[in-house]
Amino acid sequence: MAKEILAFDSVDISYENGEVLHDISFSLMEGEILGLVGESGSGKTTAIKSILGLLNDGVVSKGNINYRGENLLSLSEREMRQIRGAEIGMIFQDSKDSLSPIRTIGSQILESMAAHAKINKSEAKAKALDLFNRLNFHDPEKIWNSHPFELSGGMNQRIGIAMSMLTEPSVLLADEPTSALDVAVQKQVVQELLSLREIFNTAIIIVTHDIGVVSAMADKILVLKDGYSVEYGVARDVLNTPKHEYTKLLLSCVPRLNKK
Amino acid sequence: MKEIIKVSNLSKTFTTRKNDKTAAVREVSFVLNQGETLGLVGESGSGKSTIARLLMGLIAPDRGEIRIYDNDLKTLKKNPLDLYSKIQMVFQNPAESFDPRKTLGDGIAEPLKNRGYSKQEIEKRVVELLEMCGLTADFAAKTPASVSGGQCQRAAIARALAVQPEILICDEATSSLDVTVQRQIIDLLVELKNKQNLSIIFISHNLALVQMFCDRVIVLYNGKIVEEGEPDYIINNPQAEYTKLLLDSVL
Repeated sequence: MAKEILAFDSVDISYENGEVLHDISFSLMEGEILGLVGESGSGKTTAIKSILGLLNDGVVSKGNINYRGENLLSLSEREMRQIRGAEIGMIFQDSKDSLSPIRTIGSQILESMAAHAKINKSEAKAKALDLFNRLNFHDPEKIWNSHPFELSGGMNQRIGIAMSMLTEPSVLLADEPTSALDVAVQKQVVQELLSLREIFNTAIIIVTHDIGVVSAMADKILVLKDGYSVEYGVARDVLNTPKHEYTKLLLSCVPRLNKK
Repeated sequence: MKEIIKVSNLSKTFTTRKNDKTAAVREVSFVLNQGETLGLVGESGSGKSTIARLLMGLIAPDRGEIRIYDNDLKTLKKNPLDLYSKIQMVFQNPAESFDPRKTLGDGIAEPLKNRGYSKQEIEKRVVELLEMCGLTADFAAKTPASVSGGQCQRAAIARALAVQPEILICDEATSSLDVTVQRQIIDLLVELKNKQNLSIIFISHNLALVQMFCDRVIVLYNGKIVEEGEPDYIINNPQAEYTKLLLDSVL
């Protein structure tokens, strides 16, 4: 039986102009993939940012966010820094935005690995190239020596994901990781996230508006609408027999290929 | 069926500062028939948007010809007001296609002003257009930043239709919208197409959406047409390797 690793316990989040997330609860098991689904403004991104204490002006006004049984909200900034990246990683819609344009991929990977653990350069490089190989990156050595602008958007995204996994976090938060990609690359990234889960047994929370992506990946789905959790359950059940009117509407609006 | 756009052997190459050449559109030929909705499908870099910009006369082709109602686009461009009374475009990001400091009403009124309508006529027409696109009259006084993406796209469609064009080019017009809003905009386009007797070129990377909305589809890869036909047929019997890959990638 898998252990719970991360949980939202009746979480409210407020910004200056009012509450944006209302009474959100879920429980994430080790190695589980949770799809956080909803439209613009539903609170998806706010929810995962709160896990890492990245809300800026926002504040968790009620409830607990528990990581391995410990309430993250009670940790100091210094303690949170031990968690960010090392224990709970995060990737964004466009990894290229998170990479420095003037430095090679390799030097940036070394920096991020050194920030979390004592590791010598050749070990770090060997570890990174090994993961690149396992993910079937074409010519890992060349990628190591490239600058972000020398690679495609899809390749940058794949590197960003691999990079966030090199510290072997137990939880990966992925905010619309495939939304900026063409469909063929999108499928590849989805498959890579699934194989990373196999390799590291990482639990993943994927935030997306793309029902296709969650149906291909998620074990469980939580549907957000205007900051409320309207439906939470096993992915197959939510997708096949949605209970809430909004989930039904959302699913009915997704254009689907009609193959005979 | 009447051919209203005829594109022959169209090519366009872009040159970067480092003198690298990118052939964005290569030897592309196709027609748009009266009353038809034609889908252009492909990934980033396939040439979809370049074709749209060429059709609008925003950039000039290196080779090839575009004929609209059997007139050469080069000749039509000499009289832009006439040309853009026939053909209009809706872009992916509605907020960026309006002046942020002006109201939506100002934006919709501009093409009418350019054509010498009186102030009263313009006011009346702006309200008509907003209502036709599912908005209320008070939206005329709002700025692009104060409305949602879907509402702004409705206003952009209203502006495109202000001059009663016969051809509408939609370049990823629903791609940045949430699915429920996307569905509303597609429903609106279907309704307007029938009411206004529009012919539409619908550019999208979403094959499912094209299947739902288009009469015919052209699949582009690397600036070339790799396949063309009825969406139902192509989706069930793809011939080109690229179309197969594209279909296989739909999650």
